[in-house]
Amino acid sequence: MILIKCPYCGERDQSEFANGGEAHVVRPKNPENLSDKDWGEYVFFRNNPKGIFYERWVHSHGCKKWFNVVRNTSTDQILKVYKVNEKRPDLTDFENTLKSPSGEPIVGSGNFAVKK
Amino acid sequence: MKKKYSITSIIKNSLSNNENWGKMWRNPNPKKHYDIIIVGGGGHGLGTAYYLAKHHGIKNIAVIEKGWLGSGNTGRNTTIIRSNYLWDESAYLYDHAVKLWENLSEDLNYNMMFSQRGVLNLAHNEHDIKEIKRRVSANRLNGLDTMWLDKNEVKDLVPIMNIENLRYPVLGAAYQPRGGVARHDAVAWGYAMRADELGVDIIQNCEVKGIKTDNYKVEGVETTKGFIKSSKIGVVASGHTSVLAATAGVRLPLQSRPLQALVSEPIKPVINTVVMSNAVHAYVSQSDKGELVIGAGTDGYNSFTQRGGYDVIEETVRAIVELYPIFGKMKMLRQWGGIVDICPDASPIISKCDVEGLYFNCGWGTGGFKATPGSANVFAHTIAKDEPHKINAPFALSRFSDGRLIDEHGAAAVAH
Repeated sequence: MILIKCPYCGERDQSEFANGGEAHVVRPKNPENLSDKDWGEYVFFRNNPKGIFYERWVHSHGCKKWFNVVRNTSTDQILKVYKVNEKRPDLTDFENTLKSPSGEPIVGSGNFAVKK
Repeated sequence: MKKKYSITSIIKNSLSNNENWGKMWRNPNPKKHYDIIIVGGGGHGLGTAYYLAKHHGIKNIAVIEKGWLGSGNTGRNTTIIRSNYLWDESAYLYDHAVKLWENLSEDLNYNMMFSQRGVLNLAHNEHDIKEIKRRVSANRLNGLDTMWLDKNEVKDLVPIMNIENLRYPVLGAAYQPRGGVARHDAVAWGYAMRADELGVDIIQNCEVKGIKTDNYKVEGVETTKGFIKSSKIGVVASGHTSVLAATAGVRLPLQSRPLQALVSEPIKPVINTVVMSNAVHAYVSQSDKGELVIGAGTDGYNSFTQRGGYDVIEETVRAIVELYPIFGKMKMLRQWGGIVDICPDASPIISKCDVEGLYFNCGWGTGGFKATPGSANVFAHTIAKDEPHKINAPFALSRFSDGRLIDEHGAAAVAH
């Protein structure tokens, strides 16, 4: 259970919201020139990082407005909430707490199998 | 030395207070080079190593595991086995697994506690009935033992079920008698022990940090115990597969989400089959110890925290209490989450990729356990021969560009 601060309504429980997957996915500008592989990439392939992730949420049981969130998927910590018309924050604004790509963060994970 | 388990070995060891069983597998330091490296020491990975060594005669293999064997989803699932999937491709793949399950205890000489107690998929409305009957018919054309049961037959099979006095009454069910449950730890341990006997190095507590490639060809893996060279790498890392793939510059159509399960306090036997319902999301069986094993859903967002949200459990428990009023006052003992890698069409990817020598067995989403032996068996073939087995050929990565998807959202049971 996490709390999300809707930019219009304030902090509410995550169960009031629905997730819309990765944010800032742009529809290809030249659809007629795309190969099947490129189309497949656009339709089915999304980033799935362990760490910092840009994503869309909608306050479906509230104001029903969409907004963007930067969240650390290894801890579920929400690092930034911003409206859809605001500029995408830079990745360098956030500190990635992971030491290795598949490693465990200091807080937030249920698995501490890797011996330090 | 080959370890044999039998009634005489049990008696013999009981005389020495069970202190002389010995280690089931070695704990070697990694060599500098292996012919094949399997990343991920769960059932699928250990099984792959076992079949590579046994059927394909390759001995210089390492299985590299971040934690302990079976510490990921192999030890976190609800142990349900069935093959009643809609499409031909899936039916062949999952039934290949069920057929291997049926002889696995004997093959590995290790008790899988495989119990074919049957699996029910409930229908709660007109649409469910049509969808499930269609699936039953498709299954029967593929030679599976699925059948349609009306509501009274369901009640006979599970007398504690409330079929009429609830918001979504039970109208019937699909039943697969060959389905059932198995002991999930035994799968990892059994495969590990027999793979180890065939010379496979099982390296635990060793994290693969990245896959090194050069000009679209794999060179080896960077681990916490140093660099290990290999020209063939099979990645079977479940929820973390896309993270590892990214280190080799490969993108996969996967999204990682927590999937939860919970168990109750142990009670006397009340339910002797597995009952699942897609519509109300209730999913329950009873373990041999007497605990109810309950599968909850996935969280609605990507996450690598192995916990899951409370609202997801609430939804499942609510449906279970309505379906089985007898469980209303039971206490739940434990809850946990595992990170599953969900594919857009709810079918797995068992495939080569653009990088030579890099193979993926992933995208099992919420239902990989049932397929463990079958998946390992065809993945071993794919790696050894550098081409897919005819069973896993349709599960190639290329289906996301040529459009030949295998849409199993209906049969996958847990909502994707």
